[in-house]
Amino acid sequence: MKRPFTREQKTTIVYGVLGPILVLVVMQLWLLTATMNAYLGGDRRVAWPAAFVSLACLLLNAGLLRYIYALESRS
Amino acid sequence: MSVDRSEGGGRFPDGRPEAEQPAWRRDFPIDAAQDAYVARRDYAKFLVLTSFGFVVGQFGIAVAGLRRALGRTPAREIARVDDVPPGGAAIFHYPGPDDPCLLVRAEDGSFLAYGQKCTHLSCAVVPHVDRGRIGCPCHEGAFDLATGRPLAGPPRRPLPLVKLEVRGGAVYALGVEERTT
Repeated sequence: MKRPFTREQKTTIVYGVLGPILVLVVMQLWLLTATMNAYLGGDRRVAWPAAFVSLACLLLNAGLLRYIYALESRS
Repeated sequence: MSVDRSEGGGRFPDGRPEAEQPAWRRDFPIDAAQDAYVARRDYAKFLVLTSFGFVVGQFGIAVAGLRRALGRTPAREIARVDDVPPGGAAIFHYPGPDDPCLLVRAEDGSFLAYGQKCTHLSCAVVPHVDRGRIGCPCHEGAFDLATGRPLAGPPRRPLPLVKLEVRGGAVYALGVEERTT
C-alpha cells in the first residue's frame, strides 16, 4: 500500500508541476502573438497547425493539473 | 531566532510558536503552510484556465482565416482616371464598406493603392506624394509610397496592397494582398 504524501511533499510537488505549466503557458502566449502577426500579414497557413499545437499544450497542462488534484485523494 | 517547526513546518507565517504571536493572530489563526499549498494549487488552476483562453484565441484566428479564404473579392471600378490628377489621391472602400483604402497617383501618372489603416494601431494614414511617403499622424509612422513598406515609427508590417488594373479610362481594384514583410 502506498504511503500518502505529507503536506510538505505535496507542496514541493505542486511547485514542481507549476514550472512546466508556466513554461507551456508562456509558449502558448508566444504562439498566439506569432500567429496573430502572421494572420494580419495575410499568411494563414500557420493558423491551424498553431491551433493544434496550442491545444496539445492545454491537454498537457490539464493532465498536470489533474495530477495535482489526484494528490488530494492520496492524502 | 528560534523557529517552531513542530506543527508541520510552521503553522504561522513567521514560524514562531503560538505564544509569541500577536493577539490578533492567535484569535484568527491561519495554517500558513496549508494556505501556501492551496494558493499554489489554485495558481496552477488559473494558469490552465489561461491556457484554455489561448487555445480559444488560436482557434478563433484559424476560423477567421478560413472565412476570409472562402470569401471572394470581386473586381470593382473604384475611380475614373481623370478624377485623380498626378500627385493626387482619393479614398475608396474595398472589398467591403468597412475597408477604407487609399488610391494614389504618382507624379509619373501610375496608380498605387493601399489599405488606409496603419498596420500599427489602425489609424488612417495620409499620403505625402511629393515626399514619396505615406504617413501615420498618430505615432509618426511612415511607409514607402512606392511599396507600402514601413520606413519609420512603430509599424512593422507593410500596408495591404490593393491590386489595380486600368482599362477603359477607369481604375479597377482586383484584390487585396496582405504582407508580413
